[in-house]
Amino acid sequence: MTDVVIIGGGVVGCMIARELSRFDLSVVLLEKEEDVASGTSKANSAVIHAGYDAKPGTLKAQLNIRGNALFDKICDELDVPFKRIGSLVVAVKEDDVKELEKLLEQGKANGVSPLKIISKEELFELEPNINSKACAALYAPTAGIINPFELTVALAENAAQNGVTIRFNSPVVDVKACDDGMMMVKTPHETFHSPFVINAAGLFADEISQMAGAEAYTITPRKGEYLIFDKRCSDMINMVIFPTPTKFSKGILVCPTIDGNFFIGPNSNDIEDKHDTGVTSEGIDEIIRGARRLVPGLPLENVITSFAGLRAVSNTNDFIIEASRKVKGFINVGGIQSPGLSSAPAIAEMVIEILQEEGLTLKEKNNFNSRRNRIYPFRELNDEERKKLIRHNPAYGHVICRCETVTEGEIVDAIRRPVGARSLDGIKRRTRAGLGRCQGGFCSPRVIKILSRELGISPLKVTKCGQGSEILKGRTKDFIDSDGDFNES
Amino acid sequence: MRVRELVIIGGGPAGLSAAVEAKKLGVEDVLIIDRESEPGGILKQCIHTGFGLHVFKEELTGPEYAERFIAEAQERGIEIMLDTMVIELTDDRRILAVNSRDGLVELKARAVILAMGCRERTRGAINIPGFRPSGIFTAGTAQYFINIEGYMPGKEVVILGSGDVGLIMARHLTLEGAKVKCVAEIMPYSNGLTRNIVQCLQDFNIPLLLNHTVVNIHGKKRVEGVTIAEVDLNRKPRMETARYVSCDTLLLSVGLIPENELSRMAKVQIDEVTGGPVVDQSMQTTIEGIFACGNVLHVHDVVDLVTIEARVAARGAADFLKQKKKRIRPATVPVIPGEGLRYVLPQRIDLDGALEETQNFFMRSVKPMDRGRLLIQSDRGVVMSKILKFIRPSEMISIKVKREILQQSNCLKISLCEGSENGD
Amino acid sequence: MVIREQKVTCIVCPAGCEIVARVKKNRIIEINGNRCKKGAEYAKSEVVEPKRVLTTTVRLEDGRPLPVKTAGAIPRELMFKAIKELKEVRVKVPVKMGEVVCPNVAGSNVDVVSTRSWGK
Repeated sequence: MTDVVIIGGGVVGCMIARELSRFDLSVVLLEKEEDVASGTSKANSAVIHAGYDAKPGTLKAQLNIRGNALFDKICDELDVPFKRIGSLVVAVKEDDVKELEKLLEQGKANGVSPLKIISKEELFELEPNINSKACAALYAPTAGIINPFELTVALAENAAQNGVTIRFNSPVVDVKACDDGMMMVKTPHETFHSPFVINAAGLFADEISQMAGAEAYTITPRKGEYLIFDKRCSDMINMVIFPTPTKFSKGILVCPTIDGNFFIGPNSNDIEDKHDTGVTSEGIDEIIRGARRLVPGLPLENVITSFAGLRAVSNTNDFIIEASRKVKGFINVGGIQSPGLSSAPAIAEMVIEILQEEGLTLKEKNNFNSRRNRIYPFRELNDEERKKLIRHNPAYGHVICRCETVTEGEIVDAIRRPVGARSLDGIKRRTRAGLGRCQGGFCSPRVIKILSRELGISPLKVTKCGQGSEILKGRTKDFIDSDGDFNES
Repeated sequence: MRVRELVIIGGGPAGLSAAVEAKKLGVEDVLIIDRESEPGGILKQCIHTGFGLHVFKEELTGPEYAERFIAEAQERGIEIMLDTMVIELTDDRRILAVNSRDGLVELKARAVILAMGCRERTRGAINIPGFRPSGIFTAGTAQYFINIEGYMPGKEVVILGSGDVGLIMARHLTLEGAKVKCVAEIMPYSNGLTRNIVQCLQDFNIPLLLNHTVVNIHGKKRVEGVTIAEVDLNRKPRMETARYVSCDTLLLSVGLIPENELSRMAKVQIDEVTGGPVVDQSMQTTIEGIFACGNVLHVHDVVDLVTIEARVAARGAADFLKQKKKRIRPATVPVIPGEGLRYVLPQRIDLDGALEETQNFFMRSVKPMDRGRLLIQSDRGVVMSKILKFIRPSEMISIKVKREILQQSNCLKISLCEGSENGD
Repeated sequence: MVIREQKVTCIVCPAGCEIVARVKKNRIIEINGNRCKKGAEYAKSEVVEPKRVLTTTVRLEDGRPLPVKTAGAIPRELMFKAIKELKEVRVKVPVKMGEVVCPNVAGSNVDVVSTRSWGK
C-alpha cells in the first residue's frame, strides 16, 4: 500500500521525498525522464537568493526566507557544497539607486538580514571588474550558490536510502480520485493507489492538476538562456551580481558557479512550447548585451557552452502550494519559478504540514539516516588523501576526464550508488566528467565504455539522456549491405 | 621525490620524436609520460596516408609513422609510462602524475619537453544555437569511435568545417557506409589540401558549401537535422538563405586548440595567437628548462614538421642538460608577425644560446594569396626578401634565415605583402 | 562521334590547375588548363583510370578495429567492392605491420596490409 505518490523528480519533488522518508510511510516518486533533475532543476541560476526580491506577503517571499535559512543544515547532512558568497544588485545609473532603496525596504519587510546599500568605493573593492559607471549596490551577504543538480541527486539518494521508491521513465498518464477515497495514479508501466498525491510536476503541473480534476491554473514556460565561461576566467567576479531588476525578472546576472566557472544569463522570454529548451542566437546576443552592462570586460573567447532552462510561471505569478478542495488528497505544488530552488526546503516543510492537516499520520522512523556522502572528488583531495584512495581502489588512479580531473573510481561510484547514473548526462552531472572545456571530446568514449561495462549493455545502447538519445548508431561497416548497393539513403 | 633527467609529457609524434632525438644526442635518462594505454597519440586514429613524405621519403599512414618511432624508442630503451595523467607541473619542473598502478607519481625533472598536443573546438565554444541532443561530435572524437573502438557515430552526417580533418572524415564516414550530405565551410575557400577536396569530396559527390554555416540544431534526444545558411562578407548568417538539412549527426571540424593547461600551471608565457608557449630558437619556453614542440606549441598540418620541430626541442633540452653553470637572463631578439601573417615562431631569439648557421622560422598567412612578398625587417631595415607562391593559411610557411642576420638585429618583424603577377 | 569533356582538379602541386580533358571513344584527344607536363600526365591517368590507395579498418577476432591499407593504388571504381570484402575479414592476433590481411582485394591484384603491429 502506498501512502504518498509524488509526481515529479525535480528539486522540489526530491526534497519532499526526502522529508517524507523520515516517517514510517511508503512513498513513491514518479519521474517521467530517465533521471532526477531533468527539467528546470538542471537549468537555472543555481542561486540561493537572500529574499529581498519577492513581494512581501507572497508565498515566494515567505518560503524564500525560510528556505534560505535551512540550506546550511541540509547541505551539511547531504554533503553538498554550498557557499554563501553574497549578492550585489548593482545600480549603473543614478535612477537605479531608487530601485535599490525599494529593494532594501522590501528585503527588510521580508526579514532579510543583514542587508545594506554600499557605496561605489566599497563596491569596487569587492568587485574590481564591475562597470565603472556603477554608483551603488545592494549587498546581501546571505545569498549563496550551489549545484542544483547535485543537490537534487543527493536528496534522491538519501530518500532512496531511507526507503523511497523512485521510478524513472514513468510519466503520469492518468490520475483521478476513486470511489474508495483513494487516488489512482497510472504510468505506462504501473498503477498506484494512494490516499495522497503530491503534484510537483514542474512545467506540467497544470496539466496534472487538470488530469486529476483539481484546481485549474496555467503554467507558462519562460525561457532563460545562459552562457558558461572557462574556469580559467573565474577571477572575473566574486559574488552573485544582479542588475537592477525589472517587473519581469531579476535580470541578466553575472554569477560564479560553485564548481569554479562563471555564467551570464538568464534572459526572460515567454514561449509556447514546454519542450523548447533550445538556445537562440538572439538570446545569446541579449544576454551578452545585458551582462556587459555589469561587467564590460567579458572574455567571450572563453565561452565553453550555452544552455537554456524554462521557468514554470503560473498565472497567479506566485507558488501554488495547497491541498485541493476539489479532489481529496491531491496537493498542488505548482508554479515554482524563481525563487523555487531557494525555497525548496521550506516548500517541503509546508507540504508536510499540509499532509498532516489533510490527515496523514506522521510517525518518525527510528532508523532514518539523515546523512549521505558525496562522491570522492579526486580533484579536491590533497596528495595524502589521493594516495590512500588509489591504494584502496586503483580505479581512482585512472583519470578519465582530464579537463575536470575525474577518475574512473568516481564514475563507477556514480553508477553504482542508489539512484545511480545510467547515461552520459547522468555521469556528467554527478561527477563533472564532460563539463569542462573540451565538453566530453576526450572522455565521452571512455565514459561510454565504463557505462557499457557497469550496466552490462552494449555500447550501442548507451545514451546521452535516456532512450532515443543513443550516442552510437552501429558498428563500423554495419550500414554496408554485402550484397546490395552501398548506403544510398 | 625521484629526479629524472628529461621528462617528456605526451607520447604522440612530438614526444616520441623528441625522445628518440634526445637519446641520440646522449641524454641517458628519458621518460615519456602518456595518458593512453598505447603511445602514438593522435596518429593511432589517423589511418589515412599523407605522413612521412619529408622524414621517411615514403607516404605512410598515421599508425605506420607512429610505429617507426615507437620501435626506435623501444630499441633505445626509452621508458614510456602509459595510462598516466600528468595533473600538475610547476615552474621548477616538479611533476605530479597519477595512474592506477603507482598511485601518485611525484618527479623532479632536470628538463621537461611539453608535447601534450591539442584539443578540438566545441559546439559550445562557437555558440551554435539550438538544442543539445546526442549526435553532435567533434571530428577527432568521431574518428576515435570509428578507428579505435569500431563504432559509427552516425548514419546521415552533415560536416561543419572543410579543413583536412573534416575532409578526411567525410571520406572515412562514406567508406564506412554513412551518407555525408554536405560539408559546410564558413569561409569562401576551403582550408584543406586540394588532394583532399578531390579524394574526399569529389570522389564521392559530396557537396562543399562555401560561405555557409550551421545556424540551428534540431532534435531533442538525437540530432534530427540542422539549419544551414549562407554568410555575408562579415561571416554573419543571412537568415533569408536558411534551409533545413535532415541528418542524424553533426560533425564539427572547427579548429584545434593547443592544450596548455599544464604550461599555464608552470607559469609558461603563452602567445595568445598561437595558443601555445612563447619559445626561442631551441624551443625553450620562458621558463628555464621547459621546452615545447608539436601541436601544443602551435597547430601543425603535417606530422613531418612536428618531428623536425621536436628534434630541435630535443637538442635544446640536451644542450640545457649539459650546461654546468647557470645563465643570467639571456639577451633576446623579439620576432613579431607583421602585416599578412597570423603568427611567427619562434617568437624570440636567444643570442646567448646555440644558433645554427641558418634558423628556421615557421609562420602562417592570414589569407590565401597566389603570390606574396615575404619581408624580414630588423631595426636596421629590410634584411631579407623572398617571393612566395600559392600561399594558404592552412599550409605553414617555413623560412630559413642566416645566423648573421639574427646576430645583427635587436628585433625582427616578418611580414607578407600580397603581390600581383607583374610586380609589387 | 560523341566527345565528352571531363574536368580534373590537379593535385600534383599547390597551383591546383583546373584541367579539362576532351575524351572521344575513351581516348583522350585534348588536354587544356594545365601549367606543366606533370599536370597533363596526372589528368590523363585520372581520366582513363583514376586510382586510389584505400585506407580503412578490419576487425580483429575480438572485434576491435585494425587499421589497414591497400599496398598500392587500386582503381577508384573498385573501392566500394573492396570495402564490402574487407567487411568480412577477421584477423588473428598477433599481426605484424605490413602483413597481408586480404590478398588481391576485389580482384585488383593489390593486397590489403596491416598498418600496425598488434600483439606479441
